[in-house]
Amino acid sequence: MATESTTDRSPSPEADVVVVGSGPAGALVAHRLADADHDVVVLEAGPRFDLADRREQMESALRPGGGAVWDVGGERDAYTSTGERHYPLNAARVKGVGGSTLHWQGMVMRLHERDFEMDSRYGVGADWPIGYDDLRPHYADAERALGVAGAVDNPYAPPREEPYPMSAFPPSHSDSIFADACEALGIDMHSVPNARNSEPYDGASPCVGYGTCKPVCPSGAKYTAERHVEKAVAAGARVVDRAPVQRLEHNEAGERVTAAVYATPDGTEHRQRARQFVVAAGGVETPRLLLLSSSSTYPDGLANSSGLVGRYFMDHLFAGMGGRYDAPTRQNHVGFNTSESHQFYDDDEPVEGLKLEFLNYAGPSPVVEATRAETWGDDLLSRLRDSYGTHIALGALVEQLPRADNYVGLDESRTDDHGNPVPEVHWSVDERTKRALDRANEIQRDILAELGVDPEWTVGPENTGPAFHHMGTTRMGTDPADSVVDADCRTHDLGNLWIAGSSVFPTGGAMNPTLTIAALSLRLAETLAADL
Amino acid sequence: MELTRRDAVAALVAGGAVVAGAATLGDSPEPGDAPTDPAADLDEELLRTLTAAAEMLYPSEVDGHRAFVERYVLGRIEAREQYRAGVAEAAAELDAVARDWEDAAFASLSRDARDELLRSLGVDTADPDPNGPISERIRRFVVNELLFAFYASPTGGRLVGIENPVGHPGGTESYQRATMPPEDGDGD
Repeated sequence: MATESTTDRSPSPEADVVVVGSGPAGALVAHRLADADHDVVVLEAGPRFDLADRREQMESALRPGGGAVWDVGGERDAYTSTGERHYPLNAARVKGVGGSTLHWQGMVMRLHERDFEMDSRYGVGADWPIGYDDLRPHYADAERALGVAGAVDNPYAPPREEPYPMSAFPPSHSDSIFADACEALGIDMHSVPNARNSEPYDGASPCVGYGTCKPVCPSGAKYTAERHVEKAVAAGARVVDRAPVQRLEHNEAGERVTAAVYATPDGTEHRQRARQFVVAAGGVETPRLLLLSSSSTYPDGLANSSGLVGRYFMDHLFAGMGGRYDAPTRQNHVGFNTSESHQFYDDDEPVEGLKLEFLNYAGPSPVVEATRAETWGDDLLSRLRDSYGTHIALGALVEQLPRADNYVGLDESRTDDHGNPVPEVHWSVDERTKRALDRANEIQRDILAELGVDPEWTVGPENTGPAFHHMGTTRMGTDPADSVVDADCRTHDLGNLWIAGSSVFPTGGAMNPTLTIAALSLRLAETLAADL
Repeated sequence: MELTRRDAVAALVAGGAVVAGAATLGDSPEPGDAPTDPAADLDEELLRTLTAAAEMLYPSEVDGHRAFVERYVLGRIEAREQYRAGVAEAAAELDAVARDWEDAAFASLSRDARDELLRSLGVDTADPDPNGPISERIRRFVVNELLFAFYASPTGGRLVGIENPVGHPGGTESYQRATMPPEDGDGD
């Protein structure tokens, strides 16, 4: 890796495409376009993280006082949370080559068909301008790109055309405990599609069971977008790290973006010109960049003629419940789940999507507890034996429908390390979402009761938290008056400005969003390439 | 370049080698391991202090502390010079406190006296701050270093009931099993 003093962060003289952000969306777009012989420059706000440091980062994550694993925080990442619920933004993102896939869990499900038609079917939320069938081939493409281990055993999943690239991880012992209870209750369990190698794939190791997927996988078995950044570079793309884009500039007519203005660590600003611009900076920084790019032509921000840039901020809500079983449950061997149930996902009441998860990491891990204990020796061992072994728990993701009063804006009273207003996250959880959380808890309580487990903890409507899936802030639609991008993810207002990522989701379902992000990005790359 | 024994051990750890012995931490030191130069003397002092701390921090049913500390504590941080220096300094400070308060090296104290010394320093409740006062540095670089190495290893994990603890690359078989197999039957 080049040293700071020798890294060239000056603009490329010619570029076909500038991609802002190197998370999964940006990395996939950059790779596909570079692979098609286009000149691509990727501008990434954060640094490159050295793969050789992953074991130390894992240790930092496990031990108390280890600090921020991915260096998120400080003046660079300052933000304001103003809604009824505090939004812990800096726990929810990573800035660096690979983006938030550096710390993600790696669960990759397709949205269901109904997710694209919530308004038509139920009169809530919004319809997408595309349907499942439009995205279906790109989902398959995305599963191959990310490397998904899965099984075709989910009776509730939307139709698919081919097996997963890798076989699924087998169910856990803990899953087998749940299986009896679920059978008695008529609840179907099935495998979890994981962007995690169950066998060698794409030059990366199979999972070796460190058990720390989130926030760091030392083996490289979990997909991170670093893979496609590397492929993009091999195909000729240029990736400039520590180069946060400050604003986008447009031509006099306001029809096309002309340059991305970015800062470098030495304090200078540069202009990278290109024919096409793809913003792929996540559900918070993408709308922020558009708002920061206001001009006399666009005083309310770029691509914001609808006034909806930043509006309809959504996340998934977590519901959970756990207790102690009367036999060993064998938790915390791996850091991912192997069974779920999508049985309740398409229910009409509540209409919000609900995805049930059977956790493989319930209760404390001995090493985490040991390094925080105020004792040692035999006393510590006794405590660890008492606390480890019989925990059992369920989780769930619950859909939050889009609301205009949940938004990402600019806090003009506070600036970041470059003097730009910081993002304001205004977020709340409404009553209907709370009812859906109640329903998730009800199912979880039934299952634990069947197991004879008294719930020791519950995460429900009053203490729920976000799953760190930022969606909805540059929504997709056909009408420029009520959406920011069109069905191809191109902004309505500027012909060469595209947005890749979950900010374009009109609704978010209750599935982890990254596979859909990837599918949309691959589709975007295909469309954009035809324009070059 | 010829690999030293320590190199080999560090590589084994990086590759996820499994420690043998449910209640035995490792092999006894070999006769040829005796240090012969000043740097080795410092290493020997560090090893003695850490081993003495491990004897107190680890459950009484385990043995083989010295080899475990050499292989899985010092071996684990071999390539991390700055961090290793932090461990060495904190261990030296702990030893100095023992000599000051008890007129004896930390390693020469009884297990109970070592325990009392650490608790008197407030190490049991200290935050593990690498830049904090002595109790916090000892918590981070001595106590938590030893506890992490132990409970992230199959040796420590097995005592609690998990042969593939978090932090150890023990494969993807163990999570599927209903029970912990005998020590030689991990298979992963």
